[in-house]
Amino acid sequence: MSVQEVLPLGGVAPGRSGEFRADHRLVAEMVKPGSKVLDVGCGEGDLLQLLETRGVDGRGIELSREGVNRCVAKGLAVVQGDADTDLVNYPDDAFDYVILSQTLQATRQPRVVLENLLRIGRRAIVSFPNFGFWKMRLQLLIGGHMPRTENLPATWYDTANIHFCTIKDFVELCDEINVKMERSVALDLYGRPVPLNLPWWVWNMFGEQGVFLLSRGGGK
Amino acid sequence: MGDVKSIPSPAISADERSHEVDHPSSQVAHFGAEQPLRLDCGVDLTPFQIAYQTYGELNADRSNAVLICHALTGDQHVANVHPVTGKPGWWETLVGPGRPIDPKHYFIICSNVIGGCMGSTGPASINPATGKVWGLAFPVITIPDMVRAQAMLIDRLGIDTLFAVVGGSMGGMQVLQWTAAYPARVFSALAIACATRHSAQNIAFHELGRQAVMADPDWHGGGYADQGIHPHRGLAVARMAAHITYLSDAALHRKFGRRMQDRELPTFSFDADFQVESYLRYQGSSFVERFDANSYLYLTRAMDYFDIAADHGGVLAKAFADIKTRFCVVSFTSDWLFPTSESRALVHALNASSARVSFAEIETDRGHDAFLLDVPEFLDISRAFLQSAGKARGLKDG
Repeated sequence: MSVQEVLPLGGVAPGRSGEFRADHRLVAEMVKPGSKVLDVGCGEGDLLQLLETRGVDGRGIELSREGVNRCVAKGLAVVQGDADTDLVNYPDDAFDYVILSQTLQATRQPRVVLENLLRIGRRAIVSFPNFGFWKMRLQLLIGGHMPRTENLPATWYDTANIHFCTIKDFVELCDEINVKMERSVALDLYGRPVPLNLPWWVWNMFGEQGVFLLSRGGGK
Repeated sequence: MGDVKSIPSPAISADERSHEVDHPSSQVAHFGAEQPLRLDCGVDLTPFQIAYQTYGELNADRSNAVLICHALTGDQHVANVHPVTGKPGWWETLVGPGRPIDPKHYFIICSNVIGGCMGSTGPASINPATGKVWGLAFPVITIPDMVRAQAMLIDRLGIDTLFAVVGGSMGGMQVLQWTAAYPARVFSALAIACATRHSAQNIAFHELGRQAVMADPDWHGGGYADQGIHPHRGLAVARMAAHITYLSDAALHRKFGRRMQDRELPTFSFDADFQVESYLRYQGSSFVERFDANSYLYLTRAMDYFDIAADHGGVLAKAFADIKTRFCVVSFTSDWLFPTSESRALVHALNASSARVSFAEIETDRGHDAFLLDVPEFLDISRAFLQSAGKARGLKDG
């Protein structure tokens, strides 16, 4: 799981609109100011820095040593760790929000990770690249090979992204493990939200990435 | 080539060294009968003294005090010329003007540990009850004892909460003990190249060193001071063995390889043919100039006994339950004495306590000693951590 492999995404490139990435700004909006947040796969700490400007008590986990050390050198509370193996060390309800930004598809056990997010956090915010995006579909359908885009440039044999899913797949997983979706946003290629009033299949087709605010479901 | 030549005799006499034991070239805090130091072994140590150095000024809020905890063979002279050896302070890469811990911003305190031999009461001090050097009659001390004594010094200085407690190796153990024993008095903690307990391998190396000291006939069952001698050969061997553990295979190879010392061919003797031998002998002989053999036994013992989890029902996370202290834990890739796995175990426990913790592993081939060396990434991280904590503490600069 390495964020470098999956970034930058279209619409999330820095500098397009202000200094922070569009998906980071969207995630930050979902977090209540003053809350306690864990960013899993925090990269070089850009989102944590954005959250700090909102008075959030932020912590991070990052797999790559370079990423961790850059975060710590920015004064951020970040530890080296792996979402697949280290989340179990955190107690229940330790955070108000646990964020998994552009990392889910690189975990070995996305379902277990998702369950852990909502164990240690009262809410989880998950964003991931949507494999149902029309450009992806087209590459498989017409080109006949695994999709590669400028934002996901790795070939199938050297990618860290081992568990791609579509927005529809993710919604089904949330349903299956009784996770409530409090807010769902699909961002298009330019980082703009796909209009709310359109049906799910449109999101799944035109959303380049999905961003979801999740909480524990109240039982089926 | 005799055995005396194999490890050179110290250039500084035992008298010169032992003068620092009771009359240190630094400030001293005396604690009389009304303030005994309650030791883990059940003894009340009284009277006792703590030798310490300070740098910089305490601010009006008394909120900028940084306590530096020294390692096994360190002392209070963290950022000034050493009174015995004439060498620069032992942590001038981290502490000093323009350094991450700058006396311009912080009131920096560094004290010699209880059991040490640079002015704090230890086995080389005079036992007031007998008028003779304590020797092995000195009670066995622990890391918590050292920290208890430091807390009494901090009280004496009129400081309630330390802005930061910083240390590497045995100093890092003291940092962790500070946070476990006095969580409310430690705003931030920088624990470097350390562990929450001493491993079996580390205890084994310490035992090797102690046996080397005790095997020296000049040790005299610990009573060498009465004979006016010092088991410098045994202590030098102990230091040589320990010094290897502070380095790494790669660092030794890079520094010395198989190069010869001032010769081109082997002498077919046990002289120091190799540079690495010569280097180790020098390390051994220069160490005994400034260190007391019994003190070495006591301080290694204190490290061996250290196990924070054992003091908290075997659960490490309990030692840090609900702690508000901001932690920064640093390890080095080539440190096999306190490997990254030890730091990781600490970080997991801190995570389980929901503590605010940063953890960085620094890539270097310089082994355990890296924390004392000019390793820019480590120094940058230390600076950033303290600056960020200073902001949270409301310190103006730093």
